[in-house]
Amino acid sequence: MRIELRKWSLLLGAAAVFALPLPSWAQLTIFDLDTRLGTESHIGNITGHAKDAAAPYRRYCVGCHGPLGDGEGENAAWMEPPLLPKPRNFQLGIFKCRSTPTGTLPTDQDLFDSIARGFDRSSMPQWSTFTKQERADLVAWVKHFSPRWAGEKPGTPITIPPEPEVTPERIKAGRDVFARVQCWKCHGVLGQANGPSAATLTDDLGRPIAAFNFTEGSRPKCGDTDRDIYRIFMTGLDGTPMPSFSDNIKPDEAWDLVFYLRTLMKPNSKEKQMAKQLGLKPVDPNAPAGQQ
Amino acid sequence: MDKNKSTKYNLAVLLSAVVLVCCGALILGQKVNAAGEGKITGTVKLDGTAPHMKGIDMSKDPYCTKAHATDPAHLETVVVGSGGGLENVVLYISDWSGSPTASTGVPVFDQKNCVYTPHVLAMDVGQTFKVTTSDQTTHNIHPLPNPMTGNIPWNQSQPPGATPVEKSWKAAEVIPVQCNIHPWMHGWFVVVKGPYATTDDSGNYTISGVPPGSYTVTAWQEDYGTQTQKVTVAAGTPGTANFTFKAK
Repeated sequence: MRIELRKWSLLLGAAAVFALPLPSWAQLTIFDLDTRLGTESHIGNITGHAKDAAAPYRRYCVGCHGPLGDGEGENAAWMEPPLLPKPRNFQLGIFKCRSTPTGTLPTDQDLFDSIARGFDRSSMPQWSTFTKQERADLVAWVKHFSPRWAGEKPGTPITIPPEPEVTPERIKAGRDVFARVQCWKCHGVLGQANGPSAATLTDDLGRPIAAFNFTEGSRPKCGDTDRDIYRIFMTGLDGTPMPSFSDNIKPDEAWDLVFYLRTLMKPNSKEKQMAKQLGLKPVDPNAPAGQQ
Repeated sequence: MDKNKSTKYNLAVLLSAVVLVCCGALILGQKVNAAGEGKITGTVKLDGTAPHMKGIDMSKDPYCTKAHATDPAHLETVVVGSGGGLENVVLYISDWSGSPTASTGVPVFDQKNCVYTPHVLAMDVGQTFKVTTSDQTTHNIHPLPNPMTGNIPWNQSQPPGATPVEKSWKAAEVIPVQCNIHPWMHGWFVVVKGPYATTDDSGNYTISGVPPGSYTVTAWQEDYGTQTQKVTVAAGTPGTANFTFKAK
């Protein structure tokens, strides 16, 4: 009898010892995150440190992006795509605004710029109130949520040649690119986001998403300079239906397309004036490929 | 010679013999590996009535509608051929311990008449595959792996005459593929480790390049899931594994 008791107590003791690590398994994600607190970012000569961003993240970002960076903060439930996109899930390491090819990690600078720029037509404001150091720290913090940065390097940024002079010929050529690669399938022939495929678009997580409407006067999500627009369609917006066109639009043609897209956008521009003088008509969606 | 020395000597002889035998076995084993490429063959069938495959409304894109004017398109979730053979089932060795990239060649995934041909493309981890388009309408090729597996999603435009996309995947995973412009376009990249095969329209398959040994063969069907079987491949005698999936 006594032997049996001893046996049982031994067994129980062993079970207790093995059960000790259980609570830490349950919080494996947090444990993982702790091991990545040393993550850094490099913006020019500024080095960002993830551990320094814990407090500002908790104060300004956690409400939407959540304590684990999964985009499930308490405000997320109130955002209904496509009108209001959901907060980014940083754990996946997939980002819309990159200077790098599709399927690769963005550069630290890309994330740094996104924080300052904010995202029009979403709940993400422009965080221009942060100092550069604070922003760099937050970039490192954003990176520490995804295991991708541990084993992968950011992609090589695409090369953008210097912007050429706008000419009527280039605008016309840009219209041909718009017709050839069929931007209108989603964005519509006038850029009103009403192409035949616009209504059924979903993001990588299956949530409805809207194509960019060029005519409303709002800024594209990844910036509104000519170089930004060039970069958007060449790298694509990962996680969304917008593909990368870098394999199928040559750099020179890409500038033509930027100029043509300007003619669709609301602000009055040199490009818009030129298109008016040319009497440029929208592309014909029913014309066979190559015959516009 | 004292006793101690003799024991040591004996031990040395024994050790050398063991090493020699091991080396021989290794060399011979390699020879068998190279020369006696075994096979696993079989048929995958559906038990029961083939489910009705819905037609696809392609009216959004006149090019696609025209391409199917005489041959209406329908979903390809379950494709049953002659004698109840199941097409598009991927068979692979789930306990493969050899090189994960055992297969050569570049499998091709074509966008043709606004559907994916083939509907299911099997490949090895690290094996280069190619995406082409035969269509005169713009597609985008958008595989959606789970980024946590190590495979990263990407999204490339495919206008008429597009440059083929050549890529490979890092991890074994069943990856859904979609075109956002034509939401009905849906296919699969089945990324496995080691030799694999896909069933033809009669449900037949042959996995080649399998050295003699015992294996677990897994059959994957997009709607019915997976089944496994133990198979033994002997030199000169292919292993056989027939599978039957029950209609839902």
